[in-house]
Amino acid sequence: MTQSIELNINGARSVVTADPGTPLIYVLRNDLKLKGTRFGCGAGVCGCCTVLLDGRGIQSCNTPVSAAQGREITTIEGLGGKAGTHPLQQAFVDEQAGQCGYCLTGVVMGAAALLGRNPSPTEAEIRSELDIHLCRCGAYDRILRAIRRASEMISKRGE
Amino acid sequence: MTTDPLPPGLTRNSRLDRWVEMRTDGVVEVRTGKVEIGQGITSALAQIAAEELDVDYARIRMIPADTGRSPNEGVTAGSRSTMDGGGALRQACAEVRDAFLQAAARRLNAGVDELFVRDGTIHRKASNESATYWELSAEVDLSRDADGRVAPKRADQLTLVGKSLPRLDLPDKVAGAGVYVHDLELPGMLHGRVVRPPSYRAVLDAFDGKRIETMPGVRAVVRDGRFLGVVAAREEQAVAAAAALAKGAVWHEAEDLPDVDAIPAFLRSRPSKAKILSEKGVPKQAGAHAVSASYSRPFLAHASIGPACAVARVQSGAIEVWCQSQSIHPTRLDIAKTLGVAPDTITVRHVQGAGCYGHNAADDAALDAVLLARAVEGHPVRLQWSHEDELAWSPFGPAMVVAMEGAVDDAGRIVDWRHELWSNPHIARPGLQESPSLLAAWHLDQPFAQPPGIDALPGIQPTSERNAVPIYDFPNQRVVLNALERLPVRTGTLRAIGGFLNTYAIECFMDELAHAAGVDPVELRLNHLSDERAIAVIKAARERSGLASRSRHDGSGGDGSRGMGLGFARYSNEAAYAAVVVEVEAGATINVVRAVAAVDCGRTINPDGVRNQVEGGIVQAVSWVLKEQVRFDRTRITTRTWDDYPILRFSEAPPVEVSIIDRPDEPSLGVGEAVAGPVAAAIANAVFDAIGVRVRDLPLTRERMLAAINDA
Ligand code: FES
Ligand code: FES
Repeated sequence: MTQSIELNINGARSVVTADPGTPLIYVLRNDLKLKGTRFGCGAGVCGCCTVLLDGRGIQSCNTPVSAAQGREITTIEGLGGKAGTHPLQQAFVDEQAGQCGYCLTGVVMGAAALLGRNPSPTEAEIRSELDIHLCRCGAYDRILRAIRRASEMISKRGE
Repeated sequence: MTTDPLPPGLTRNSRLDRWVEMRTDGVVEVRTGKVEIGQGITSALAQIAAEELDVDYARIRMIPADTGRSPNEGVTAGSRSTMDGGGALRQACAEVRDAFLQAAARRLNAGVDELFVRDGTIHRKASNESATYWELSAEVDLSRDADGRVAPKRADQLTLVGKSLPRLDLPDKVAGAGVYVHDLELPGMLHGRVVRPPSYRAVLDAFDGKRIETMPGVRAVVRDGRFLGVVAAREEQAVAAAAALAKGAVWHEAEDLPDVDAIPAFLRSRPSKAKILSEKGVPKQAGAHAVSASYSRPFLAHASIGPACAVARVQSGAIEVWCQSQSIHPTRLDIAKTLGVAPDTITVRHVQGAGCYGHNAADDAALDAVLLARAVEGHPVRLQWSHEDELAWSPFGPAMVVAMEGAVDDAGRIVDWRHELWSNPHIARPGLQESPSLLAAWHLDQPFAQPPGIDALPGIQPTSERNAVPIYDFPNQRVVLNALERLPVRTGTLRAIGGFLNTYAIECFMDELAHAAGVDPVELRLNHLSDERAIAVIKAARERSGLASRSRHDGSGGDGSRGMGLGFARYSNEAAYAAVVVEVEAGATINVVRAVAAVDCGRTINPDGVRNQVEGGIVQAVSWVLKEQVRFDRTRITTRTWDDYPILRFSEAPPVEVSIIDRPDEPSLGVGEAVAGPVAAAIANAVFDAIGVRVRDLPLTRERMLAAINDA
């Protein structure tokens, strides 16, 4: 049954009317028009739909919207905060990391979760943390470079 | 003045205003019939337009293709976009620039040779007089045909082409903008899902539409023959209704699929027509080392990361479709045929989808959306395939077999070469055959027959036989295609088409012959090549990878676990040249440690764009070779999730190094498909180099490797 659900998304409060079991991705994309979260497999195994829940990366295709209530949701649209563009997004453009781009927002969110915990991960840590993210266009090498570049940008900024 | 023949794309769409519109606000709108399928083609075309028009790259706005206004350039496929689309656009832009120069000359009362253009402003030399494209646009009539009287720039005049300009589409994509067809939002839009039969030829015995109609949000339940679908207000409601519909439907199915573990034998047993592709010389086997081997690849899925999606609206006889099709004009024809309406009642617009590597489900989704939209007149319906259907119902790259026989003498001369291949037709795209080539059309109550498929089209190279005739100079050779009829598994074109397996077979077999004769496999190649560009990429890949410093590549060269191998091809013997060296760590499982490629794609429009495509092509081919295989039981396709159909992951992707041999005076050649075959052979050759074992049937799975190691 549909009900009114209050969500905290990208630093703002939103109220939507949906069945609490609705996968979060549909609420983000269709109710809140946040189209940057992409649908891939719908089964939690490709990483396309990754968003942050209290800073942790989760797959929004298999997370019911009710589980996001009372927590902070960050989507790609809110990742850059006031600056607009997050260092990761800048780094992906700088490295021209991607082809069709469909996987990228999920990858960026996954990488944001990692850098949030560990701003200077090793290459092995990046590879293993992002192993859930599939990129059929095969842009892994560039994605890796972009994440390393972002990590450097963030550490420099922090100094 | 000589007039060169116009590029074919321009002959068919000769009006200049179909290609370029100079807006008064300083934006240059460029239309092409080529569509963005993830390969960066629209950015490369923008670069070409900016170059010829002498405007800043940032001024160019590429307008997505639609059947109403854009030039009809057929299909965006086969690595031909820069070859064909680039040539047509280049010429059109050169003529547009000239038209503006003429207008400026009149206005400034100057000779054209006194003028030069800088970012759309036409200056008169040695004066401060000028006029801009935007000021002049009202007086320049572009509603005329291209005539070929103006030549595009010479190689030494290029300033933008050849530079690594950033892609136009990437910033929006990483910002999360709604750029994909999946993201369209139209007023009154509803959500649709289709419920496919459980197997290709399943027959629907019963289903309970009434119960589904009462589910929350459901606006329509559609049944036409064995085409089933639902339309609902919310997306999750459509998903739930489709699941319920699938659960309640009763089908009967036939066991009509072959044994998935014996595909090569199955292909060879099918009725076929032999076609001799090349025959010359008389084999001289006496005293030579004779070798024979057979290679195969399985059915391969496109396995796009995002499922196919389309939006359609049907209103008072007019049909609008937004879809990710590579072939909007032909797809429109087949939709019209299916519905029995005139094509001009339908408008098809291209919107980007997730990565596209050949003929996938994009066109099918367009028809699905229309069939659902008819049930809710006036409402746009956004139809999305499930990931499971994307993997199981899209056309697959067909399975193929190649049998090789050959002989090499002690001097390392190849004296006999025979290549025989078995393949069904690869082309099954819409708009080309009598019956519509769209999935739902075959499932309707009044079904259309699934068309037989086509192997060759005018103007493009036949598909199965690509790369079958070797580029090497062999005095004695015989190459035969055994053309099979359509297989019981749905197939279509997939990146590199027949070139993938033909190259894999040839390039593995070169190493096998080298091993038989005890000669270096790379030298064996070089000794049989006269094409300088081929020789150059092979030498470049050898040097950059460090392969050059190794003397033997015969199974003893590696250290028992690590090895290197090379593969080479000129894709379809007419597109880009590519040589790839890979290094592997091999045992029962194979790990590709790194890959080094050298490519020559003629004049390079955008080096970083080429590198990006080559890197992606290498990673995808590594994935095909190590992991991928569509599986089925005797009734159903069983690879329906990423667990059943794994692809290469982050932790497995090798670092890739690409070097480009630029040839500014040669035509630009497509590069998207060039590396697949070479990569496959390079991996198999590297495995042999490492551990002296060779598996010839793809993929090189752990089971097959173990069996081969035990046999060795
Ligand atoms: S769409 Fe959520 S993980 Fe694939
Ligand atoms: S860029 Fe296409 S799937 Fe990653």
